[in-house]
Amino acid sequence: MIDFTILTTYQDEYLKGFMTTIEASLLGLVGSFIIGVIIAVFRISSVRPLRWFGTAYVEFLRNIPLLITVFVFYHGLPVLHINLSGFASGTLGLAVYTSAFIAEAIRAGINAVPKGQMEAGRSSGLTYIQTMRYVILPQAIKVVIPPLGNQFINLVKNSSILGVVAGLDLMYFGDTINSETFDVFSTYIFVGLFYLVLTIPLSLFVGYLERRLARAY
Amino acid sequence: MMMKKSWKKALTLLVVSSLTALALVGCGSSSSTDNKTTSDTGTKKTDTVSSATLDAIKKRDKLIAGVKFDTNLFGLKDPATGKVNGFDIDIAKALAKDILGDENKIEFKEVTSKTRIPMLDKGDIDVIIATMTINEERKKQVNFSDVYFKAGQSLLVKQGSPIKTVDDLKGKKVLAVKGATSVKNVKEKSPGVEVLEFDNYAEAFTALKSGKGDALTTDNAILMGMSQQDSSYVLTGGLFTDEPYGIASKHGEDEFTKYLNTFLKKINDNGDYAKIYKQWFKEDPKK
Amino acid sequence: MDFAGAFTAANLKYMMQGLGVTLEIAIWSIALSFLFGTLIAILRYARIPVLSQVLMAFVEMIRNLPLLLIIFFTFFAIPEVMNLNLTPIQAAIAALSIFEAAMISEIVRAGLNSIPKGQVEAARSSGLGYVQTLRHIVLPQALRKMVPPLVSQFISLIKDTTLTTVIAIEELLRSAQIVYSQKQDYVFPMLILAALTFFVINYALSLVAGRLERRFQV
Repeated sequence: MIDFTILTTYQDEYLKGFMTTIEASLLGLVGSFIIGVIIAVFRISSVRPLRWFGTAYVEFLRNIPLLITVFVFYHGLPVLHINLSGFASGTLGLAVYTSAFIAEAIRAGINAVPKGQMEAGRSSGLTYIQTMRYVILPQAIKVVIPPLGNQFINLVKNSSILGVVAGLDLMYFGDTINSETFDVFSTYIFVGLFYLVLTIPLSLFVGYLERRLARAY
Repeated sequence: MMMKKSWKKALTLLVVSSLTALALVGCGSSSSTDNKTTSDTGTKKTDTVSSATLDAIKKRDKLIAGVKFDTNLFGLKDPATGKVNGFDIDIAKALAKDILGDENKIEFKEVTSKTRIPMLDKGDIDVIIATMTINEERKKQVNFSDVYFKAGQSLLVKQGSPIKTVDDLKGKKVLAVKGATSVKNVKEKSPGVEVLEFDNYAEAFTALKSGKGDALTTDNAILMGMSQQDSSYVLTGGLFTDEPYGIASKHGEDEFTKYLNTFLKKINDNGDYAKIYKQWFKEDPKK
Repeated sequence: MDFAGAFTAANLKYMMQGLGVTLEIAIWSIALSFLFGTLIAILRYARIPVLSQVLMAFVEMIRNLPLLLIIFFTFFAIPEVMNLNLTPIQAAIAALSIFEAAMISEIVRAGLNSIPKGQVEAARSSGLGYVQTLRHIVLPQALRKMVPPLVSQFISLIKDTTLTTVIAIEELLRSAQIVYSQKQDYVFPMLILAALTFFVINYALSLVAGRLERRFQV
């Protein structure tokens, strides 16, 4: 039977971990979005070195494991005398890793809008920025939102990586509670439920948006 | 219309997943009671039943020992040779020799403080010889042999650190390993200390070296091994607990535990133990 | 940083062994998750009452949990609950396969659903059986659309094998850990080496996928 006393005895730990997981996910979301937009702009830029940098950034980060990225921030940066906590390096690693996927999603969205529209916008007297702002981006957003939503769900799940670098998140406290209770089954069932409380509503919301946007076309 | 549909989906999802959860709970409850009954009868029957573990080892003609791979002096994998070396390793080899007549009839599997009990339970390994402290909590899950090594918890700090005793830890960050007894001890000895736990000693020591904490706490013997690897880290604070190590085997297999105790007594009497001890710790075993 | 000290022949050989374990886990998991993922998708596509709902709940639950948790659960809790003995490597393969099968089933399902229902009806009314329709009409077309997302899922899987370090499996990253715990100067070189190894494998895979995609489009 699931031992519910674990939940009450360790409620402080569970809640602290839960809040940290939310915090890391939100910071990771904001961070990865900002970096992702910048990299996407680089990738569609007409300046070659920027485009190369953007491509290298995306291709490299997409193809290496998140855990290695986080370890580089956690164990590797001290070589350069930058010492980050488990939470900071975990969240930073998460943001950097996810930004590569977000950049790709944004680029795909912008590319999905036919080139002719940019030309039409420009020839009807709008500037490049204006065309982007009023013509291209509103259309691109419809294509971008669903993959962005999925990336956010991934980000929440991937934040569990903080547990490996003592980032004090839900996964970390799951492990520490487990070493006191020895009740692996109950301890991790509750950890799982806390994650589902976050991810299931998010998934449903993303699914709903996806269907709505699909109809809006 | 759209909303209605997605609500319906959400509802089905909720219902079905709670059913799945219930089913899982059901499984969990029935089998955990099963476990209890089997282990109960197991302890009752010990007088008549011969050791299943021992029979399995003999039939396989190989002892499978769960040991550390990242703990200098006890069990450390040498990437150059692919071999694991250490005090625990040599004790395990002596055990293989005792059971099967050949110290090479042995296989080492890596365990961490967190994984060792589950691996023993599942039958991946026959014994745990992995710097494992005997305590009451664990006795409910595994059988322990008599003490084969006496350790005590201590602290490892960078040379010149202001931390001299366990009392200096207040408000400091201390690194430890998940599933180890040291976490509870240090919290009791020094309330207000912040403990950060890692999955294995390699990670914890790397974290200390990259400045993630002010001290690393675990048994002195393990810390000695780390200090030997990197001499800019030293032991401090003396010993603040007793950590007697035992060889763990499956819960309820009392015959096998008896065998292990006879084995330990034998190598103690014939001097093999002292030889192994001296090889790793450069001194004679303490009485 | 000490690249020369870290990259000795012995350490490199040890890392190669780690890579072998990584590939072993990855290849088994890719095969199993593809098999189960496709099976789940087809069963859900067939809309068998109850089974279909159960599968949906299963897929949604797994997809919404962190893989790290599934690895712990498979390794620690499953043997406790069911009477199932898995070695650590088997547990890792099982966990990765379960998680990725849920992800893959969604890719396959999206591929199947992208084929207009009219084609199925047309095929059925021209005398083909359900399985035949699936086999000859739906799957070949769906497969083309599935190749790019499937390959990125496999790349994810290969990356995710590193999470098994937490249950002390001596794969590539754990091997790097064991080497770099000897000396702080080895940390950076070993992490870089591990990262580059993954990059080479995954980038090559994505190039092959790109080529396949272009060939399919012709």
